[in-house]
Amino acid sequence: MAGVTYATTTESLAAQVRQHLGVNLSHCYQCGKCAAGCPVAEDMDMTSCRLLRLLQLQQPALDQRVLASEGIWLCLTCETCSTRCPQEVEVAKVMDFVRSEAIARDVAHPRSRDILSFHRAFLDSIRTTGRLYEIGLVADYKVRSRHVLKDVALAPKMYLRGKLPLLPHLIKGRDEVKRIFQRTLGRRR
Amino acid sequence: MRIGYYPGCSLLGSSREFDESVRALAGALGLELVQVPDWNCCGASSAHVLDHKLSLALPARILAQAEAAGLEEILAPCAACYNRLASARDALDKDPVLAREMEKVIGRPATHKVRVVNILEVLDRFKDTLPGLLKVPFAHKVACYYGCLLVRPAKVLHFDRAEDPQSMDRLAAAAGAAPLDWNYKTECCGAAFSVTRTDLVARLSGKIVADAVRAGAEAILVACPMCQSNLDMRRTESNAYLGADHQIPVLFITQALGLALGIDANRLGLQRHMVPATFAPAAV
Repeated sequence: MAGVTYATTTESLAAQVRQHLGVNLSHCYQCGKCAAGCPVAEDMDMTSCRLLRLLQLQQPALDQRVLASEGIWLCLTCETCSTRCPQEVEVAKVMDFVRSEAIARDVAHPRSRDILSFHRAFLDSIRTTGRLYEIGLVADYKVRSRHVLKDVALAPKMYLRGKLPLLPHLIKGRDEVKRIFQRTLGRRR
Repeated sequence: MRIGYYPGCSLLGSSREFDESVRALAGALGLELVQVPDWNCCGASSAHVLDHKLSLALPARILAQAEAAGLEEILAPCAACYNRLASARDALDKDPVLAREMEKVIGRPATHKVRVVNILEVLDRFKDTLPGLLKVPFAHKVACYYGCLLVRPAKVLHFDRAEDPQSMDRLAAAAGAAPLDWNYKTECCGAAFSVTRTDLVARLSGKIVADAVRAGAEAILVACPMCQSNLDMRRTESNAYLGADHQIPVLFITQALGLALGIDANRLGLQRHMVPATFAPAAV
């Protein structure tokens, strides 16, 4: 592991975090407060605090471990870590950046698949109608994730309480919304 | 008084009782809600996770629609919409280069000067008139639950205190309730993992419900559709996690205030909850 290093320090994730987010990871002094307040720390293969430490070392193999970790996909973006950090390191933003890099480099942990399927189904609904169509979202997610029987008991209860409109709301500016998608997410696909 | 209104997608579907109770309450308080014309979804957590620019562009179109309609301020009752809109506005306001780029993406100019406010901020403006309008005090012990999106990140939202916020507690007290001191005011409920990681939501929401019950609350009050649905619709799962049978109802603050102003329970959408919004007759 120690044998392979970056040719220039600008290649490391820490350097990119600094460049894109303006966050200086060397400010972290490993107090552990971010992980102590994290509601899902116990489920993560590496806690936020450990993840920051690995990034600080700026080694290719350690950066890879961060990108491939399952824990980054369990982060709820609740921002408790960023709020409590005594050094004002924006931990949640770093998590966001690491996730987008994992997707871009196609090294995201396999267990991220369901979570990404959900987000993609959500965005496809907006791209088409301009607003979220909840029944369409759940149906699309079930197809993508193959969790067909998930929550089948809940839907009728929601419908009976008037919480599941059957038809989508179509906004007039659908073409505008489609263009927004083409000019942002579209470039990545 | 007149204010722009951005209901957001949840308020048209799974959390329509939030929309119903905001409208009913606004009517009783003399607040005119002017809907943002032809509004789109804010992108919620999904745009945020998948594409940073998209997570700014969708709110940018909403802000531009509001601006074109001559609105200076918009109320977003959904805490997630409020957070996304306020975060985008803050980012565009601070970075003129990014703001010009977003104008190109949405295809029209915008100044991004429209202010975004949450329901607690707006109701706080009525704190002096509320007591005079009280008809049936909401005389219950309540746990005011804020969750994440109303108070974090504090540097962007500048609303209330990030730890132990008080704004909802003050409103609850104005409605005749007894807000309790408890531990899970700003803990995360599991948010958008409701469908994908229901196991995590059961645990996180279960802990919140359990602490509210431990503190002696008769109801949990919220101001976020995701919090409400995770604490209410996922009660079967969270009770299974806890090995308990907690039946404490979860009301939107607007429903509790509406009841206190004598508004009919059905107009406030109380019949739509999974955990019945009924209370023991015990007075505070």
